[in-house]
Formats: sequence, structure tokens, C-alpha cells
Amino acid sequence: MLSRIAESLFWIGRYVERADGTARILDVHLERLNHLPMEEQRSVAQELLAVMGARAQNEDFGLPELLNALAYDKQSATSIAGSLGAARENARRARETVSSGLWESLNTTYYGLNQHRKDVVGTYRFCNWVLERTAMVSGLADTTVSHDESWQFLVLGRSLERADMTARMLSTRDVLSAGMSWVNMLRCAGAYESFLRTRRAAFGDQHAAEFLLLDRLFPRSIVYALRDADECLAKLDPSAQRVGFINDARRIVGQARTFLEFHRTDDLMSELPEHMERVQKAVSQASDAISRKYFNQADELAWVGEVS
Amino acid sequence: MSDLFQDYSEAAGRTGAYDEMFAPGQQARKSYGQVAVALRELSLADVSARADSMARTFLDRGVTFDFAGEERPFPLDIVPRVIPADEWSVLERGVAQRVRALEAFLNDVYDKMTVVSDGVIPRQLVTTSAHFHRQVHGFEPAGGVRVHISGIDVVRDAAGTFRVLEDNVRVPSGVSYVLENRRAMAKGLPEAFGQQLIRPVEEYPRRLLSALRKTAPSGVDDPTVVVLTPGVFNSAYFEHTLLAGLMGVELVEGRDLICRGNRVYMRTTAGEQRVDVIYKRIDDEFLDPLQFRADSMLGCPGLVNAARAGGVTIANAVGNGVADDKLVYSYVPDLIRYYLNEEPLIANVDTFRLEEKEAREHVLDRLDELVVKPVDGSGGKGLVIGPDASRDELDALRKRIIADPRGWIAQPVLQLSTVPTLSGDKFGPRHVDLRPFAVNDGEDVWVLPGGLTRVALKEGSLIVNSSQGGGSKDTWVLADSPQVPVEVIPRPTIAVRERVSVWPVESNWRDSQKEQQQQQISDAQEVTANA
Repeated sequence: MLSRIAESLFWIGRYVERADGTARILDVHLERLNHLPMEEQRSVAQELLAVMGARAQNEDFGLPELLNALAYDKQSATSIAGSLGAARENARRARETVSSGLWESLNTTYYGLNQHRKDVVGTYRFCNWVLERTAMVSGLADTTVSHDESWQFLVLGRSLERADMTARMLSTRDVLSAGMSWVNMLRCAGAYESFLRTRRAAFGDQHAAEFLLLDRLFPRSIVYALRDADECLAKLDPSAQRVGFINDARRIVGQARTFLEFHRTDDLMSELPEHMERVQKAVSQASDAISRKYFNQADELAWVGEVS
Repeated sequence: MSDLFQDYSEAAGRTGAYDEMFAPGQQARKSYGQVAVALRELSLADVSARADSMARTFLDRGVTFDFAGEERPFPLDIVPRVIPADEWSVLERGVAQRVRALEAFLNDVYDKMTVVSDGVIPRQLVTTSAHFHRQVHGFEPAGGVRVHISGIDVVRDAAGTFRVLEDNVRVPSGVSYVLENRRAMAKGLPEAFGQQLIRPVEEYPRRLLSALRKTAPSGVDDPTVVVLTPGVFNSAYFEHTLLAGLMGVELVEGRDLICRGNRVYMRTTAGEQRVDVIYKRIDDEFLDPLQFRADSMLGCPGLVNAARAGGVTIANAVGNGVADDKLVYSYVPDLIRYYLNEEPLIANVDTFRLEEKEAREHVLDRLDELVVKPVDGSGGKGLVIGPDASRDELDALRKRIIADPRGWIAQPVLQLSTVPTLSGDKFGPRHVDLRPFAVNDGEDVWVLPGGLTRVALKEGSLIVNSSQGGGSKDTWVLADSPQVPVEVIPRPTIAVRERVSVWPVESNWRDSQKEQQQQQISDAQEVTANA
């Protein structure tokens, strides 16, 4: 398939997952944020924005600005609207390849972005709506796109972004250290009920973090997401070698996953920031490696004017 | 005040009740300050839009109760009920005190009955109670606790004093609405939460689970807890699923359990698994066909024997109903003095015991001024409010009282306190009660801050039961000071992790160049076509 199309699919996967994860985080944290005194609200809003990968423009950055930056700002790739806009833009460029079901659901979502009130109450509804739409997009993609190479790129993007988003969800713990942070962490990932069922009476930060990081069966855990990514990469490049890997992406993803899976620790919580750093770095390196291997033609052809 | 409160003070004056939100003269009480400000800024359209969306959320989430075979959402009003810290501290201690006394009473009643021999309560009264179960006489339940979970109904009279209306120590329900209401309100009226400290309710399932585990039969290391439900047609089925889910334990029906050798097991895909603690959400009568109703399809034969042998903890213990018999209720202040050597912190509502000849005659003369209740009823069933009843109803009631004086009590009509409640296009005063929930783990009685506030949605109505047109309100207990420890744990500074490759959110220079070129090409083609 065309590299350009593959790249589009990869990014559709990433952006849809990013919108989904951001909506989850926003929905859960808005509830807390709203209860805080003004001064604290401001600093927490800025920290939350930092966790999501953006920097506040000025000191006055508060709750309304946070809503704009994470939900409605179409110019930013960090926001939900921006991600969904970008996903739709990618689908438009690969329109002949993606199924009409996938394209239409992305397009409808894009046009629905403006139909929400941008206050706190409206944002709750917006987040719910986004979760429904992204679930619909993934569902339609699953059932209407053949699970060939193009599908692998879609899932690859989704899995990498999912690992990244879960790492960010875990980092939100630092933002709101007061109260029941671990419940929020789990709610973000939609993992609360699953966690309770598997862990029975073992509550607390440690177990929650362990679950989101290492659980082998929960689809949003980092280990699970990285394993998914690994499988996609294996299917995209099935050439079996007897020794080593020439595929950079596989090496990076595999290393990150096995490091987590086989790491032995007595104090997971203090190591958590380091783990998160490692995971996010691995995701971005893997993304770069995938670009180099599969997508990277345009740059070589680009003309650069001679600078005299 | 906005026009939503236009006729409020007039209507509140008519009821003659204590209003929780406004002091006379339409002045918002201090505890309601924040709520009043939040509501003032909303228009009717805002309020009804939010109320609608809250109702829809409830339906979507399946927060329903089953009424006559139909799932109905439990109406949640948008105005919360706020309890200031000082009032709550009295309530909290009063409820815990009552639970301790009832616990002691039950232990005594199913053992030596010293309370009877010391002349505090007549023997006949205990033994004639419909829920005094001889089947569980003479043994201490495994874990040593009988009232694990209780709901003590409290009301406020016209003077603003809290009084206990009834005790529920069998299967008190409603705590799921407390949990769900808080979630819905956080999204429905976020402004009102604002700067004040409202004590959280979300730790209830964990408290409950830890209390249940703590009271497991001795010698069990890692007790297995289950919630026993009558099944999907029970009116509180939603609550059973929610609690089981939040505790992360299995929700079982009677047919999932088997008793063998005085131990209880559940059938699982991995074979039979031992059950140590059963949180029982079915009535005693249906629990064990060997001991109670033989035709029960809901229970599991052998449970009572297993409990007697100490092989399983049943929470709440079988036979607790004798303690929330309404006639025993009238003795609870005496029980508190007898067992705890304390004065009751929350008073009872004055109650006439119709067994006593003088009281009976007095009551029969004034039936139209009193509330008459069956002693073993719950959910407002069988209750007759004198002033609202017709002559025929009163005559029928009179006959029934004379036939069975043990079966009834009478109380003066209490003007329950009111809270503003949305009805149609404005707020009106509606009567409320309060059910705080207490969890007893054997060492300590923990009272959930808040509880379920039920509200009678019909103007002037005093019946708050959900099956009879009642709704609920979120109940906020204010914290007097930030409870968070003063010591601030240093937080790691957060590094901004910038987003990687954002292609193609903002078209880069190459894209825009391409865009221009693509447009030019199509233009050129058009020109040639025209030429």
C-alpha cells in the first residue's frame, strides 16, 4: 500500500485514541478541579495541562482556559477537537482506502464538535459524546475495514497512543495528590470495576498503578497496549530472522514492554515517574522509527533551495 | 433571589414547618450560602435543562427502583440538602449510640434476656414481635456483630430539632442513591460545590467491605464476601449490583449457594468455592426454607444452621427485626440508658403504645389528629395519616386497632422540615427526612457523612417513600475545617512532555504550498476545457 495512506491510517488510530483518552481524563478531573479554591484550581489546571503535553501561555491560565486547551481548541493537537479534526483530515486524505463507514463517522464527529456549550456542565456532556463517537469510530473500523496491512497500521497507531495516554493518566496522580487519587486514575482508564473485581480487598495507589501499568489482560494497561503494538509490527514485517531485529520499532517496543514486565521492584510508586518517562520516550521513538521505515519518502524528495 | 423563588416564603409559611434553607424572612441560612448564590445565577431554562440531563443520566446509568414490575428512575432534585458540621456531629454520635444500644439489645434478646428480667421492657412485647426468630436463639453469630449495616431514619420537627422516626436494622436500602446522587450533582450543579468542603461519600463501599471482612468467621485468612440478592425483580436490585460491583465481590442468588457440613459454598466455573460472609439483602422469612418459609425459592437451605455452627457470617444477622419493631422503638431511649448508661443524644418522636389501655382510649378518641403505623411495616405501607384520611378509612382503622392493639403505634403528625424543590417552573417547599447509614465492624460504628434525604414531591405530602411518589436529594455534610493533614507532602514537579509529531493539524509550509499548486492545476484545467 502507499506509504502516504499508511501514514494517514496510523495517525487516524493515534488521534482517535488521543481524543478518547483526553476526554476520559478531562471528565474525571473536572469533577475534582471544580471543587478546589480558585488559587489552587489555577495551579492544578496548569499542571494538568502540562501532563497532557502543553504549556500554559500565561499566569492567568485557569479552568475556562483549560477547557479550551483540552477540549475545544481546534488548532492544538493536544485538544479533543484538534485530535478529531486531525483524524478526519487524515481520513479525507485516505478516503478512497478507508471504508465509508469509518469516514462518515469521523466526518459526522467533526461537524458535531461545535454543537456543545463550552462551560463546565456542557463539557461533561461533550466528553461523554466524544467517548461515544470514538467508540463508534473504533467499532466501525473494526467491522468494516479488512484486517489487512491497513488495519495493522490503524491498530499500531492506536496501541502506541493508548500506551502513551495511560502513562499520562498515571501521571495525573501527581497533580491531585489529595483525596482518592487512585480511584480517579482507574476511572480515567475506565478500569475501576475491572480493578475491583480482580483485586478484591487490595486497594490503594500501589495496586492501582500496578494494574494500569502491568496487567496482562486489561486492554488499556501499558503492557497490554505495547503487546498489541508489538503484534502489529510483527504482522507488518513477518520476515523471521534467526538472530536479532533489524526493525527498530519492534526493538524499541519490545524492550519497553519486557522491561516493564520483567522488572522487579519493592517500591513501584517512587519509580513510577521514571517508568512513565521511559514509556513515553519509547512511544515517541517507536513512532519515529515507524515513520522512518514505512512512511518516510517525502523528505528525501523535498527540494531545498540553495542558500547563498 | 431570582424569580424561581418568587412565592417561596409564602408557601413555606403555609406549611408551618422548619425550612432547611431559609430562616424566616427569606434569608438563606449560612450553610446554604453557596447553594443560594449558585441558584441565584441560574435561569429557569438552565435549571430545567440540568434537571432533565440529571434525570437522563440516571436512566442511562440504570439508577432505578422497581415499582410494580417496572423500572423507574429515582427522581433526584437539583437543590441539595446541606447539613452544617456542628449539627452533623450530634447526628453522627446519636446514630452511633443508637446502633450500639440496638446491638446490645439483640445480643441480649437472643441470649439471657436480662433486659426483661430487669424490667426495662415487657417479655410479651419481645416474644410477640413478628420478627423475633426463635430459630436463632442462643448463639452468638460468627464475628460477633449483628447490626453490620443500619439506617436510622431521622426527621426535623417544626422547632428544628432532630428526632428519630424509625430504626432499620434488617436490610436498610438506599445507600446506592447516596453514591449516585453525589456523582450526578457534581455534574449537575458544579457551581455550588465551589469553595466549601463537602465530606465525601465514596468510601462507603470500602468501609462496608472491610467491616464485612473483619467480621468473618475466625480462622479465615482471606474471607470471601458475597452479596445475596433475591434477584432482578427486587425493587432494590440496582443497589445490590452497585454495592457488589463497588466492593468487587460476587452478587449471588440463592440458587448459586449450597450448604454442606455447615459451610456455605458457591458454584463457580472453577468448582465450589467457600463463602465466608454473606451480605444478606433478602428478608429473613425467605432466607432458609429449612427454618422459615418452606416454599421460598430465594434462599438456600441450611444457611441458618451454618450460621449457628459459626461456619458463615450473615450480615445483618437473622432475627434483627425484633429491634426495629415500632413498639420496641418506643423503648429505645430506655435501652440506651440501660445498656450504655448514657442519655439518648437524639430524641424519639412521642409515641403512643396502643397496648396500654389508657393510651389506646386516648388515641381512639383523636384518630383524626394522629399518624397510625403498623409496627412491622416498612416503606410507608399501611400507614394512616389521620388528618388526610376519610371517615371510612378511620372507622376501618379503629376496628383493626381494637382487634390487634399490639400491631399498631400512634404518633402526632410531624411537620417534617422542608427544602426548596423544583416543581414545574419554580421552587416550592417540600418535606424531607434523612436516613444516615452506619457500618459497624465490631469495634467501631462508622456513620456515612450524609445519608439519603428523601423528599415528598407532592406539595404538602408527608410521605417520602419512593414507592409513593417520593424523590431524593443529595445530602451534603460540610466539614468545619479542612481535614487534610496540615503537613504538605512535597510534590514532584511536573515536567511538560510535549506532544510528538502533530501532522497535519497545522498545515506546514509544504502542505500549504501543495494546496496552492493543487488549486492552480485544477484552475488551469478548467481554463483549457473552456478554451
